[in-house]
Amino acid sequence: MSADGLEGREGRGGPNRPDEPDEPNRRDELDRPHGPDRPDEPNQPDGPDRPDGPNQPDGPNQPDEPNQPDGPDRPDGPNRPDEPNRPDGPDGPDRPDEPDELDRPDGPDGLDGLDGLDGLDGPDGLDAHLVVQRGDFRLDVALTAAPGDVVALLGPNGAGKTTALRALAGLTPLTGGHLRLDGVALERTAPESRPVGVVFQDYLLFPHLTALDNIAFGPRCQGAGKAAARARAAEWLERMGLAEYAGTKPRRLSGGQAQRVALARALATRPRLLLLDEPLAALDARTRLDVRAQLRRHLAEFEAVAVLVTHDPLDAMVLADRLVVVEDGRVVQEGTPRDIARHPRTDYIAHLVGLNLYRGRAEGHVVRLDAERTDALITTTEDLTGPVFVAFPPSAVTLHRDRPTGSSARNLWRCEVAGLEVHGDQIRADLTGELPLTADLTTVAAAELGLHTGTPVWATVKAAQTHAYPA
Amino acid sequence: MSEPSGGDPGHDTLTRGARRVRKSGQPGRVRPLRGSVPVPLLLPALLGLAFLVLPLVALLVRTPWSSLPEQLTSAAVWEALRLSLLCATLATAVSLVIGVPLAWLLARVEFPGRGLVRALVTLPLVLPPVVGGVALLMALGRNGVVGQWLDDWFGVTLPFTTAGVVIAEAFVAMPFLVISVEGTLRAADPRYEEAATTLGASRFTAFRRVTLPLIAPGVAAGAVLAWARALGEFGATITFAGNFPGRTQTMPLAVYLALQSDPAAAISLSLVLLAVSVAVLAGLRDRWMTAS
Repeated sequence: MSADGLEGREGRGGPNRPDEPDEPNRRDELDRPHGPDRPDEPNQPDGPDRPDGPNQPDGPNQPDEPNQPDGPDRPDGPNRPDEPNRPDGPDGPDRPDEPDELDRPDGPDGLDGLDGLDGLDGPDGLDAHLVVQRGDFRLDVALTAAPGDVVALLGPNGAGKTTALRALAGLTPLTGGHLRLDGVALERTAPESRPVGVVFQDYLLFPHLTALDNIAFGPRCQGAGKAAARARAAEWLERMGLAEYAGTKPRRLSGGQAQRVALARALATRPRLLLLDEPLAALDARTRLDVRAQLRRHLAEFEAVAVLVTHDPLDAMVLADRLVVVEDGRVVQEGTPRDIARHPRTDYIAHLVGLNLYRGRAEGHVVRLDAERTDALITTTEDLTGPVFVAFPPSAVTLHRDRPTGSSARNLWRCEVAGLEVHGDQIRADLTGELPLTADLTTVAAAELGLHTGTPVWATVKAAQTHAYPA
Repeated sequence: MSEPSGGDPGHDTLTRGARRVRKSGQPGRVRPLRGSVPVPLLLPALLGLAFLVLPLVALLVRTPWSSLPEQLTSAAVWEALRLSLLCATLATAVSLVIGVPLAWLLARVEFPGRGLVRALVTLPLVLPPVVGGVALLMALGRNGVVGQWLDDWFGVTLPFTTAGVVIAEAFVAMPFLVISVEGTLRAADPRYEEAATTLGASRFTAFRRVTLPLIAPGVAAGAVLAWARALGEFGATITFAGNFPGRTQTMPLAVYLALQSDPAAAISLSLVLLAVSVAVLAGLRDRWMTAS
């Protein structure tokens, strides 16, 4: 497959920056201050390709995709459509959408579809199948994204997210798969020749250069004259609201300012792929909110593909249009933030989004769980048959000291408190027993129940608060 | 040992901490080492200090202060001093030009036999300089392995010339620079180079515009070390370049020669070298040692 890619590249006469001819247009685009650029997009040379979206491997799987081109829907304000579905949001009202999303194929199917596309001269955007073998660790991740998409690689530490990012940037060589950006194969291209910008986790601003010269570094390397590069850098500082810090050395910048300079430095090379490694991890909680909001705005303005890596689900859900969850070097789930928050497919994701998740076999409204230690049943409102996941939030669990009588809850399990943890004014109880689960209750309720480790309790969950979906 | 063990016996080995607390009564005030240095350590330590300082003091004591101005203004002294400074500076420049890339290679590029190469680079550090001089003669002498070709093809003869002095000094001094720069490079975060690369910089551009400025203090410290070593170089110089006043007779050679005939002159010359060394040390400390 890489041979194909190479031919394709040579056929184009070698230059690794397919966007070169478009440069002037894109530049205008870039320099314009704010988001409303989006509707103009069809004027761009790559515009007409967009409606073909369904050819893209992930096209049909992405219910949200059709909305993408009309940029105004893109998240700009607090009214992001999927916001209410964040883990803490109520689960119920969204139910009606569900049938549309049921036929999402699993990750592996997506992979197959991808490889089937190899012969084609790919569409605009990112089309990557990253395989990196290092010792016992194997990264095998397929990633596709259209221009304008923001994709988050989400996963626990050591899952291979950063390796994937480094492979995209060319800092870690691929041992297999392919990498195509706007139809040009990049897997053999040196990192300095890839149209890729990177914002590193700790920014790696050059400490001996001022903020301005840090940003001008990229344009200089691309052949711009000193004055032109600095002028462009000054524009970027202006856009980032940092004009007065032009002459400041990185160590004198605050975390949030440094992050913006790093973003500007990466964007100043006009990349077709922007990579962000844990963009908010180095910030304290206070700055994080501001910076996240700003970053979201800048990403929304960015007209090419952005891929960010994070272990923070909230960052991922706020910043990205689509999440790719990576565990142990493989994609375990991908989809829109709302989809993933509501239909987690692994314990890791369920834990991230704060749901109790079980796998079992449904017969009508009753799900018999797979777990070997339990033969618990969960009653749900959905009428399904076959392998399913069942999820419910910890807040849906009610605890009782005595076996409740006359409770309308159909799900009743005998459990024991394994641990208690304070979350704000809530207490999260870890329960073992017939069904291992976590329950949230108020501190008052916890005191009334006299909970401590080892306390036997009865846990109930209303069927209406569970949520079953095919596995 | 001192404060924490007494102040928080729970965290120390319990028995010893407890015993100490009981003895002194006040846990916070146990300072067992302060003021009670064991004599078997103190005496050799003072002897060692005296051993290092005494010769320098003696040099100052015996300096013919009255005739010093006269000694130092003699043409011969100035010639030797000028030659020394010139050759040491040139040797340092040569070391920088070829030593910094060598250090980069050792620090940043994985290649088979890297350990061996590093050992070879370090060898001149421990090699007796006279051996270095003989080796240089065998390599670059008029009948040397390479020297004969230089002589035949270009008519270039290196031994017993000022260029020979520079070569002998660089041979001995460069390892100091390489080792120092390599250490700095290893301590420097290579991801800055990666960041530069993702911004479109070739590996060389990344080195020139990012790495080199970042390691500049280490390079400067290494250069000063190398320069000081070159300034004092004696064995390799006299073996490879001889001892011709005005051409290859550097300060150390002049001192040695003067000692045979005119000890007062030797002392004066030594004093000059001592002053230069102290100045270098002061410069090093102020500019780099405290900064890093």
